[in-house]
Amino acid sequence: MATEIKVPALGESVTEATVSKWFKNPGDSVQVDESLCELETDKVTVEVPSPVAGVLTSINVAQGADVGVGALLGLIEEGAVAKTSAPPSKPAPAPAAVAASSKDTTLSPAVQKLVSEHGLNPATIEGTGKDGRLVKGDVLAHLEEQSAPASKPAVAPQAAKAAPAPQGVQYPPRPVGPREEKVPMTRLRKRIAERLKEAQNTAAMLTTFNEVDMTNVMAMRARYKDGFEKKHGVKLGFMSIFAKACVTALREIPAINAEISGDDIIYKNHYDIGIAVGTEQGLVVPIVRDVDALTFAGVEKAINDFGKRAREGRLTVDEMTGGTFTITNGGVFGSLLSTPILNTPQSGILGMHKIQQRAMVMPDGSIAARPMMYLALSYDHRVVDGREAVTFLVRVKECIEDPERIMIDA
Amino acid sequence: MTDTAFDVLIIGGGPGGYVAAIRAAQLGLKTACVESRNTLGGTCLNVGCIPSKALLQSSHLFEQAGHGLEAHGVKVAAPKLDLGAMLGRKDAIVGDLTKGIDFLFKKNKITRIVGLGQIVKAGTVRVGNDSYTAKHIIIATGSEPAPLPGVEVDEKQIVTSTGALALASTPKSLVVIGGGVIGLELGSVWRRLGAEVTVIEYLPAILPGMDGEVVKQATRTFKKQGLNFKLGTKVTGAKAAKGGVTLSVEPAAGGAAETLTAAVVLVAIGRRPFTQGLGLEQAGVELDARGFVKTDGHYKTNVPGIYAIGDVIGGAMLAHKAEEEGIACAELIAGQAGHVNYGVIPGVVYTHPEIAALGKTEEALKEAGVAYNIGKFPFMANARAKAVGDTEGFVKILADAKTDRVLGAHIIGPGAGELIQEIVLAMEFGGSSEDIARTSHAHPGTAEAVKEAALAVLGRAIHV
Repeated sequence: MATEIKVPALGESVTEATVSKWFKNPGDSVQVDESLCELETDKVTVEVPSPVAGVLTSINVAQGADVGVGALLGLIEEGAVAKTSAPPSKPAPAPAAVAASSKDTTLSPAVQKLVSEHGLNPATIEGTGKDGRLVKGDVLAHLEEQSAPASKPAVAPQAAKAAPAPQGVQYPPRPVGPREEKVPMTRLRKRIAERLKEAQNTAAMLTTFNEVDMTNVMAMRARYKDGFEKKHGVKLGFMSIFAKACVTALREIPAINAEISGDDIIYKNHYDIGIAVGTEQGLVVPIVRDVDALTFAGVEKAINDFGKRAREGRLTVDEMTGGTFTITNGGVFGSLLSTPILNTPQSGILGMHKIQQRAMVMPDGSIAARPMMYLALSYDHRVVDGREAVTFLVRVKECIEDPERIMIDA
Repeated sequence: MTDTAFDVLIIGGGPGGYVAAIRAAQLGLKTACVESRNTLGGTCLNVGCIPSKALLQSSHLFEQAGHGLEAHGVKVAAPKLDLGAMLGRKDAIVGDLTKGIDFLFKKNKITRIVGLGQIVKAGTVRVGNDSYTAKHIIIATGSEPAPLPGVEVDEKQIVTSTGALALASTPKSLVVIGGGVIGLELGSVWRRLGAEVTVIEYLPAILPGMDGEVVKQATRTFKKQGLNFKLGTKVTGAKAAKGGVTLSVEPAAGGAAETLTAAVVLVAIGRRPFTQGLGLEQAGVELDARGFVKTDGHYKTNVPGIYAIGDVIGGAMLAHKAEEEGIACAELIAGQAGHVNYGVIPGVVYTHPEIAALGKTEEALKEAGVAYNIGKFPFMANARAKAVGDTEGFVKILADAKTDRVLGAHIIGPGAGELIQEIVLAMEFGGSSEDIARTSHAHPGTAEAVKEAALAVLGRAIHV
């Protein structure tokens, strides 16, 4: 009895994915929960586990192809054992398309050369050779298509149709030069690009700056870090303190925790804070929910877990949807000052930066070296007034410079 | 008591039939094979490809011993021919190979039935007095030499290929009617062994259907070797008498008739499907206008449960084409997706030099209006061919002008039949001339000529 492998639900608002990799070939044995293939969505990469033990009998979607939720990925013959030769005496017509759909990754010499020279992703080119393999003519045709899209009248109306969302100037694809390399955008990269442009095109984005003296918070951290780690199994970092400080400030300036919905403004009385994490594939923003109700340890544990899984590409879509405010820390890479871009439809994003010893004039007029960090708040001026934004950032600064305020809400 | 009920019963134990039987057995089908000869292997193994290759090799060595060694600094006395030993060797090879198939049948538990299989109706085959049932019957009866009106074969003085493989002595003169593969191969054998050989061809050129340039080169080479050609000539009759055979011939285009005499005449004008006495009529199996069994793309005849493969269904009359069909047919019967790629079946003439053809000829591409590039490389410029002393011929590769996909390849030269194989594989995978050109070839080797011809398609051969 063949078990169908389907594209699993990928979380709200995600309907499509790309099959980025098959781990198994037709004819391979699989165990229960063994990963069959990897799906790349706008937000995450998920692995599809086998629901049964048996033999993968067919792959219906080739590597590189797009699939919708619920689409048939392949079939597993439950309980079967992998054989080297075809099972005999089975007069059921064998699907001739099996081999055709699984694109071999070994390229012929001429194809390999063309693909490398032009920086093409072979998975995106349709093969007409044996079992769907790429032949030189396929790549030449693909290149011809790419180099002359404008001159083809048939393509023009489609291009016009795709125009309504103003995405800025779209440069037409051009052939790559001899010392250039062309790499197709991953879905994640495409989505990041779209989202960032969307933010710039919709919000009235503005950034306000302040600086914060980290002396007290560093002292506090130094004082408690060993006991904290011993008790909770995670390190006490600055991120939890900043998250808590933001919640304190968001409570006071609700506009920053709000979003525009049509002609209305939705004020969110929950504090789900996105923490931007840089990974090899690109930026992802997992959400720590209800930060107001979490302890410092709870926040640190969540961030720790997300960071680890983000780098492994194992975050779920749900974990990255529905934040109300975002914190990004460019300081870990050494950034001294930057203007973050909103994670729309949110209305505010806090940018943390590098802690640097700077000469500060103290209240008594003396000069002292203090560990300073610049803070940036980018906000949507449509919802948030300048006064609110500045007040928010000052409040965050106060809470960090005097962390007891977070506790006693003063 | 032998079993009498089978899943698959194949009539004919030639390359198509015996391969289909083995494949069917591998797929778990209960299989029988009916063959009227006492030995398996069909025409190919008993009286065709294999014995002719044995004689071609022996006669080549005889010729080399007489004429080819001195250039290498090897001096020997004039060689003596022991034709009996030569034919004996050939028979021993045939015997070994046919026994080999017997072994394969035993290994695969295929039931071997000796006799002429006759289809009673779908599902039933009679052999002598015994009746067998089979869910699937495959007709794989092959072909036989086509007769020429006015020329009666006695297999002594007027022979077919079968008789030409077993002449008791080298004839003083041999006339070969038909300038095709069989005529040229057997004509070469007896010329090397001392006969004065004349090849008569009805058409204006030998090797009809082959690439024009190759035919031109082959004609020149064979003439140089001592074969005589009468092209565009029709044989209207032959009379065997004690002193020899008298042939009447006239120009195909019309003109004055003349007479020729020869000790032996070989009729090699082609082969016709073997369909007589198989009960096809009574089973209702349809034949086409030329007498071939009609089949669809899946080797099914018009009668459900009866299939046909190989020479008997037409197309290229080649053992390897029949084998591919046998495998595909068995797989289709077993529910698999069997398929034969007819555009990529090589054809080889085992003369010296060998001639190999694959895919489209230049003439065919011209006629079809396909834009193509040609890459050619002479063996004269190939180091290995030079060292061996076998430099006659060239490799010619034809590729699509736009996509560079290899469309055809034609080789005349040393080991052409083996050299063509890499191009077969390339074509099977839709490969381009550049794919071959970018694939490493051992040096020094005659296969480098293939690589150079592939390079030449894009105008960048290194060694010319």
